[in-house]
Amino acid sequence: MKPVALVEGRGVPLGRSDIDTDQIIPSEWLKRVERTGFGRGLFSEWRDDPSFILNQQDFVGAAVLVANARFGTGSSREHAVWALMDYGFEAVVASSFGDIFRNNASKQGLVIVELAEADVAELRDLIEKNPRMVITIDLTRRTIEVAEVAWQREFAMSDTIRERLLNGWDDIGLTLLHEDDISTFETSYDRQHPSAAAQFSAEATS
Amino acid sequence: MGRTLFEKIWDSHLVTSSETGPSLLYVDLHLIHEVTSPQAFDGLRIGGRRVRRPDRTLATADHNVPTDPLDVPVADPISKKQLDVLEENCAEAGITLFPRGHANQGIVHVIGPELGVSQPGMIIVCGDSHTSTHGALGALAFGIGTSEVEHVLATQTIPQTKPRTLAVNVVGTTPLGVTAKDIALGVIRRLGTGGGSGYVVEYRGHAISALSMEGRLTLCNMSIEAGARAGLIGVDDVTINYLRTTPGVPQGDEFATAEKSWREFASDPDAVFDDEITIEAASLAPLMTWGTNPSQVVEVTGVVPAPVDEADTRSLEYMDLAPGTPLSQVAVDVVFIGSCTNSRIEDLRAAAAVAAGNTVASSVRALVVPGSHRVKKQAEAEGLDQVFLAAGFEWREPGCSMCLGMNPDQLTPGQRSASTSNRNFEGRQGRGGRTHLVSPAVAAATAIVGRFAIPHEVAR
Repeated sequence: MKPVALVEGRGVPLGRSDIDTDQIIPSEWLKRVERTGFGRGLFSEWRDDPSFILNQQDFVGAAVLVANARFGTGSSREHAVWALMDYGFEAVVASSFGDIFRNNASKQGLVIVELAEADVAELRDLIEKNPRMVITIDLTRRTIEVAEVAWQREFAMSDTIRERLLNGWDDIGLTLLHEDDISTFETSYDRQHPSAAAQFSAEATS
Repeated sequence: MGRTLFEKIWDSHLVTSSETGPSLLYVDLHLIHEVTSPQAFDGLRIGGRRVRRPDRTLATADHNVPTDPLDVPVADPISKKQLDVLEENCAEAGITLFPRGHANQGIVHVIGPELGVSQPGMIIVCGDSHTSTHGALGALAFGIGTSEVEHVLATQTIPQTKPRTLAVNVVGTTPLGVTAKDIALGVIRRLGTGGGSGYVVEYRGHAISALSMEGRLTLCNMSIEAGARAGLIGVDDVTINYLRTTPGVPQGDEFATAEKSWREFASDPDAVFDDEITIEAASLAPLMTWGTNPSQVVEVTGVVPAPVDEADTRSLEYMDLAPGTPLSQVAVDVVFIGSCTNSRIEDLRAAAAVAAGNTVASSVRALVVPGSHRVKKQAEAEGLDQVFLAAGFEWREPGCSMCLGMNPDQLTPGQRSASTSNRNFEGRQGRGGRTHLVSPAVAAATAIVGRFAIPHEVAR
């Protein structure tokens, strides 16, 4: 994962609530075995509509998606995060997020900014008034800011996730620092809890 | 102070522990399938890492397999490639795979319980949000993303920040004709799609104890639709009697030893939950969704509600419904009985009991997709396939099928379905499709009447 400390760019206001991961990336896109190229599938059912916000010239090249309540609920598909990032989004702002989506985003370096519903609405209004304005998200200070209108809010982000994003740390690498702990646990656990699935290995080829 | 079921499982899997940040938990069982695993295996290869415990990993092909007869090849080349890649990855890593056509193949959340590999006290993960299903057996089971799949393949562990616990008490006795699906929809109506976010839910109360294991699997399955990553039910006689019938559990005298340790996996009487809600079972009726998220729920005998916010208005527009319309006047084009929510033997029995001696309305296409080959075989032994076929239902091969429309079983734009699956999101069952979630019995009745109907309306 690439380190990320600062996101700077224009925003897209997408005011719908309950945008589930099926809307972010429909299932027909899930058949691919690659990790790239999902940007074309982002919101693909809505992008057929010429008036859909991503089709508007003002919002081409934006980096911050400003959504609404319960963004990214539903299916665990990490493809939703890949699609948002492949399209060019570096951060999503909303008043709440699906748990699995939030987790997936943290593994890929997509910055999740959770603000109070009124603040998210304010930010959407600001963008609608001036789509060209620049939003700055500073992970070090845990702030989101629109300097030209002197709008600033702080947001919560766990130390663990912030450190990982700032350093671009690989989760697996971090866990394997505990290899001794894992092996010790595993050896004793295996004795009491042998794998239940293992016995089916012989049946797999029949 | 006593501990909750969740705390017992959490405590017994701690490799490293942190009060403020994530703890590292050991994973008993990692289930994988073709859709969310290829990029994880790729990541392992790029990182020069191996699958740590292929023996604690089990794979099946389910999401995109066609439900056509098995001698019909997979027509879609992209699906075919994904299935082939799963076979290659499993062969390379030494992971047991049940491919299309195998006697143990089926939907991942159907085969885990029925094979007896999902057991009380376990931590079970899978790259699929409906992994919450396995919580019905007293296991902590939750869905993960592909990066986490890669992490579990490489380390057999998962870092997790401790969630809060929510007790959902369903007290009293459910009225006749109210199924586990109706309880699930009732809970989601109450909690909303985000109400369970950050929680592990434990379902408790008389109405829960009274559920069969199949019913409990249905209920836990839909925990994620209320935002909760995991749903749990404590071990009792129903759990033990179910496990006893499965091939994967210790047999003979060893079963008694296992049973003793499994029975520990229930919340202590004085355990305290972070939050609690109570639902009167008597307040429930056969339910269905009317909108485009699973909390938009109404009684099957009711009317389309008036919108209360912009999201409701948008849902009504997408669903092409007018407030005040009785659902009994709304015609359906397709009925789908299947999915990890409702494709087990009890579900098929309930649907067949309604279908027996009746005929599917001429305007309706009705599909029955058993959750696994084992379910299919059992149903055929009971003659349920013949009941369905005689009534005009299609009897198909196992898979996720029309729940998410990754295979050819899809709605066409504008089609309306009554579906026993778990998500009524826009386009979920096919672009432009309109999904209403219902129980198997309501699905069967609706297929026969051609409009939304409860089983009472169908002649027996």
